[in-house]
Amino acid sequence: MLDIGLTHYLVVSAILFVLGVFGIFMNRKNVIVILMSVELILLSVNLNLVAFSAQLGDLTGQVFAMFILTVAAAEAAIGLAIVVIYFRNRGSIEVEDISTLKG
Amino acid sequence: MIAGLAFYFFAFILIASAVTVVTARNPVHSVIWLIAAFFNAAALFLIAGAEFLAMILVIVYVGAVAVLFLFVVMMLDVDFAQLREGVQRYAPIGAVVGGILFLELLLVLSVWRFAPDAAALRMAPMPEGITNTEAIGRILYTDHIYLFQISGLILLVAMIGAIVLTLRERPGTKRQDVATQIARTSTVAMARPELGEGIRREDILRPLPPPAKEAPKPVTHEGGHH
Repeated sequence: MLDIGLTHYLVVSAILFVLGVFGIFMNRKNVIVILMSVELILLSVNLNLVAFSAQLGDLTGQVFAMFILTVAAAEAAIGLAIVVIYFRNRGSIEVEDISTLKG
Repeated sequence: MIAGLAFYFFAFILIASAVTVVTARNPVHSVIWLIAAFFNAAALFLIAGAEFLAMILVIVYVGAVAVLFLFVVMMLDVDFAQLREGVQRYAPIGAVVGGILFLELLLVLSVWRFAPDAAALRMAPMPEGITNTEAIGRILYTDHIYLFQISGLILLVAMIGAIVLTLRERPGTKRQDVATQIARTSTVAMARPELGEGIRREDILRPLPPPAKEAPKPVTHEGGHH
């Protein structure tokens, strides 16, 4: 029970992933919380990669996790910039209003 | 033994923080709990032996991403109560989808196992005797150098994109235009003005001294005494 193996990490990561998906559904109107849920999902993926890397003794998983970290940072920056200009134009951040951008 | 207890401790706080991130009424609280989740995930990375990634997680996620979120949440004057209107409607759908997903993940976990030749297929086996950071550095700057450069490029593009998106030209602000200033050489000339006179030109006219005011009339005390 107290012997920590791969399965423990995978279960924690699965719970985190499901929580992220649940957060996207639950906060359907709030873009900022949706972006935070995406960060949670990416974190769970990183946890998976690190757990497998530790179990197999293969460093490639940790390098992969670093690249995912990079992409997550870039995604957060761009997403929040879009949220800011959208709020500046519309005065709200409701996701359903964004369909008016179709033109 | 201690590592096992620590794992359960950090994993529990990680999941509790994640639940709070998703369900908090105030997005500022969500961001704070997101930071807590990142810290606990870093602790789990440490337990797994990925020290470098744990530190990177704290630096990048807590130091940059979470602070960015905090800035945006506090900068936008959003009516957050209005944004939570549909939560009761959407939560059951999310619970159903999440539950199905979780069951599927557990099914995969229960029957999954390593391939017999997994150990032979490793791309970069962990070397003995050097630290995690040094080992990652050795393969990151050699085997994965192109990916490393491309990830730097992605960050550059993201930075430029965020600046271009949020930069706005306000009409009314006065700025120094250095190019125009340097380019107007034909209209600029040196001059030696007389002392106390200034340059007697219509565009740079020294204002004349103001006319002397008339001396106020002396108060006369005629008639009644005050």
